[in-house]
Amino acid sequence: MTAARTVRLGAGAGFAGDRIDPAVELARHARPDYLVFECLGERTVAAGHARRLADPAAGFDPLLAARLRGVLPHCHAAGTTVVTNSGAANPEAAGDCAARVAAEAGLGTRIAVVTGDDVLDLVRALDPVVWETGTPLSEIDDELISANAYLGAEPVADAVSAGADVVVTGRVADPALYLGPLRHEFGWDVDEHELLGKGTLVGHLLECAGQLTGGYFADPVTKPVPAPARLGFPFADVSSDGTAVLGKPDGTGGRLDRRTCGEQLLYEVDDPAAYVTPDVVADFSGVSFTEVGPDRVAAQGATGRPRPGGLKVTLGFRGGWLGEGQLTYAGPRCLDRARMAADIARERLVAVHGLPEEAIDVEYIGAGAALRGLAPAVDPVEVRVRVSARVPSAEAAEAVGWEVESLYTNGPAGGGGARRSVTEVVAVRSCVVPREHVSPRVTVLP
Amino acid sequence: MATVDELADVRAGDKGDTLMLAVLPRDDAAFAVLERRLTADVVRAHFAPLVTGDVGRHVVAGLPALVFRLPGVLGGGVTGSTVLDGHGKTLGYHLLTLELG
Repeated sequence: MTAARTVRLGAGAGFAGDRIDPAVELARHARPDYLVFECLGERTVAAGHARRLADPAAGFDPLLAARLRGVLPHCHAAGTTVVTNSGAANPEAAGDCAARVAAEAGLGTRIAVVTGDDVLDLVRALDPVVWETGTPLSEIDDELISANAYLGAEPVADAVSAGADVVVTGRVADPALYLGPLRHEFGWDVDEHELLGKGTLVGHLLECAGQLTGGYFADPVTKPVPAPARLGFPFADVSSDGTAVLGKPDGTGGRLDRRTCGEQLLYEVDDPAAYVTPDVVADFSGVSFTEVGPDRVAAQGATGRPRPGGLKVTLGFRGGWLGEGQLTYAGPRCLDRARMAADIARERLVAVHGLPEEAIDVEYIGAGAALRGLAPAVDPVEVRVRVSARVPSAEAAEAVGWEVESLYTNGPAGGGGARRSVTEVVAVRSCVVPREHVSPRVTVLP
Repeated sequence: MATVDELADVRAGDKGDTLMLAVLPRDDAAFAVLERRLTADVVRAHFAPLVTGDVGRHVVAGLPALVFRLPGVLGGGVTGSTVLDGHGKTLGYHLLTLELG
């Protein structure tokens, strides 16, 4: 009797800025069949478009080359296929970048690029209702710079079927990066909702990488995590019936158990019985976890219902400029002096620089800023005042940090450690387009 | 009077300007207490100045866990507001301070 065949999916990254060494460790020691780099948030893709408008060769994940350089030799040795949405706003350029890295490594890596998520022309033609405003897109004054539909697992499966060693995509739903290889391996069809729900569970658990193994979980008192500086990234061994056992490479830091899995299952989930993806409406309400060994957890109980007829689209708009300045006060009356500093900055930003008062935000870091007024402010031993404003021009944004910095010599006593920054803001909103208008394409590079 | 911190872990997530809080009781006894006392109304009151709509609660018995959705808390979400923690990732720990009546 032979053991049922399983496919090992590894989580190589959980966001655009994620660490690289745990992915290398995973590729070397866990030797997964697929290594997935999820590197694309809603804002990441819109921000990528802003960069691409300034430089046509840009717009994809700047860390793509470094990630591939780190893992490709190990992936080649183990027969691992890389899947990543690092293409962001420019999958074609990302594919070229991957090809250059592969050529340097001399491994004969075959690269496939998935496109078709860019639906800017389509939304301009269809003029869909924007969720956040409830109005047609055409009635929004802000300059629209991008529209990316969430593609599902199908083009990823097609790219793998075409023999790709590296699959580079733009906007593909995070769990679909994992579901695509499973559809290819097990031949799961578009109407096998229960299996697609189970595969989506696996993708959802893995998509944030270290968040399954103790990251965004650790609390030194209530939830201790061993060796967090060497946090291991997770993998899943998935069977053709959709059951999965989650693990992490032996000898790495972190922990993987029912508690870490339970938290990640519900992360960013609104209704656990209706987790909507382009491939399936997954139902996680009956999911349970069983610890089957040290850092090994079996996941079961997911199911699914038919996929929605529409695809969610992330719209990117130019959102002006964010200017900010920060300054620290410490010791007696520090919060009083921080408030005085903020009042001065606010008055001058309005009176001298002409900023609208309502655009200006003030936070007292160390005195409850993150809690947004929910907890009473107590007198801290030190406080950092942060003044920020989102304004239409870079010049006006520059004034914010300038006015905070100039409090050094013109403001309350004892202000230190001024920092200032100006960044362009890309605002994101959402809409839906009918699925039949969106045509994913797979291109295998020569 | 017990706080949520003594009975459960909380993980925060966001969707637009809605804050999502998953509450994971540490054992079955804790789940029984939280299922009864940590109602949507109680959570709404704890976040009262910031919540703009109905607070939703889902129970996931198999874990077990409770999931809350708190609309409006993030004030326009990560691109609508200039505050540092636009995602509200820090706000899960505010729920831990809630004292159960």
